[in-house]
Amino acid sequence: MDVLIEARWVILSGTIVSLRVFALSVVFAAAIALPLGIMRQSRNAVVRNIALCWVEFFRGISTVVQLFWLYFALPFFGISLSAETAAVIGLGLVHGAYGSEIIRGAMQAIGRDQWEAATALGFSRRTTLLSIILPQAFVAMLPPLGNALVLLLKGTSIASIITVPELTFQSTLVVTRTLAVVPIFACVLFIYYAIAMAVTSAVRLVEHKFGRWRPRTANIR
Amino acid sequence: MFDFTFALSILPKLAAASLTTLCVTFASFFLALVLGVPLALLRRSKWPILSRITTLIVDFVRCTPVLVQLFFLYFALPGFGVRLSPIATGLIAFSLHYGCYMSEIYRAGLEAVARGQWDACVALSISRMDAYRSIILPQVIQPIIPAAGNYLVHMFKETPLLASISVIEMMFVSAEIGADTFRYLEPITVCGLLFLLMSLGAAGLIRAAERLYGRRWRRAWR
Repeated sequence: MDVLIEARWVILSGTIVSLRVFALSVVFAAAIALPLGIMRQSRNAVVRNIALCWVEFFRGISTVVQLFWLYFALPFFGISLSAETAAVIGLGLVHGAYGSEIIRGAMQAIGRDQWEAATALGFSRRTTLLSIILPQAFVAMLPPLGNALVLLLKGTSIASIITVPELTFQSTLVVTRTLAVVPIFACVLFIYYAIAMAVTSAVRLVEHKFGRWRPRTANIR
Repeated sequence: MFDFTFALSILPKLAAASLTTLCVTFASFFLALVLGVPLALLRRSKWPILSRITTLIVDFVRCTPVLVQLFFLYFALPGFGVRLSPIATGLIAFSLHYGCYMSEIYRAGLEAVARGQWDACVALSISRMDAYRSIILPQVIQPIIPAAGNYLVHMFKETPLLASISVIEMMFVSAEIGADTFRYLEPITVCGLLFLLMSLGAAGLIRAAERLYGRRWRRAWR
């Protein structure tokens, strides 16, 4: 217990860095996922295949290797990123590719009849997408979104490998210094669990709030 | 910039290390498949205490990073007098983590089987054991293939984490080559490409297995 009290500031600062990496990666991943998910649904085969290749590429490479590459190999091209920037970009790219699948799934869950009705009412494809399909798809993608966010949260621990001073990194430093393995790691696991619980209940709250607009056909696993 | 002869010269080393990666992946996937069964059954137990506790443990393990679990086991086990090699520790951590995921898949599969099937078994006076073996389980196996396959690929891509507890696999070897030669670009790129090739191959195999079993299951992610 004394060890935890002594190490509280280190662990707190690690938690803050973890949360920052998490938040920035979520924003970056969402910014990638949305256009990618829409591109996967495009009528243009070239656009569709570019998106498919992008997704398969970033999902296929291990996150660890990707972060390592961004941090250690990119400087050979004259681009040096800070560890945290590399982590945010790497996590954003990987989870953006995962997220695009959620957006695609949610858009597919919106029935063809919505598209047909919008066409019959003379909406342009753009307006249909932006004001009819996407709002409904947003509700449909909330359930898998919770899982995806927890996955990303757990992914931030990988940033410790490229020396980002986040929770996992700080805890290993404390452990090697104090040798108090069990209390420190147990505490760290609980912090991750608490953040994950907070994230999933936040998503569930939003889900509950928007639940009545859930499309009846939505059935995404 | 990118030295192809150097990249080719390190390829055999990395290919050899990829064997460790593959062995660890398949061994822990197998253990996770086995471990998932009792966890799923405990969660469906009739005693609420048992199912509550199992749910709590499974959720906790699923919500915390496998890297921290790995460190925990690696540093804490020797303190309890259990001395294991890094590979064995990695196997335990991965099979525990993914065993919890597998139990969720099994549970979803079991719950997806219509209640009417159970009722029909009772009506035909088929014993509980026989019902599981020849009626319920065959219906569960089919839909869980894609989900389980996705976790196999997922686990494969997380094996480089083992490098941080000094298991000599692909990532470890490429980092070592980088440190020896001061050239990180080629080893890490080759390592990434090997991962890409293997996970695309595995995804193809899973899709083939899925097609073999006919029914399609919607994939949210791999």
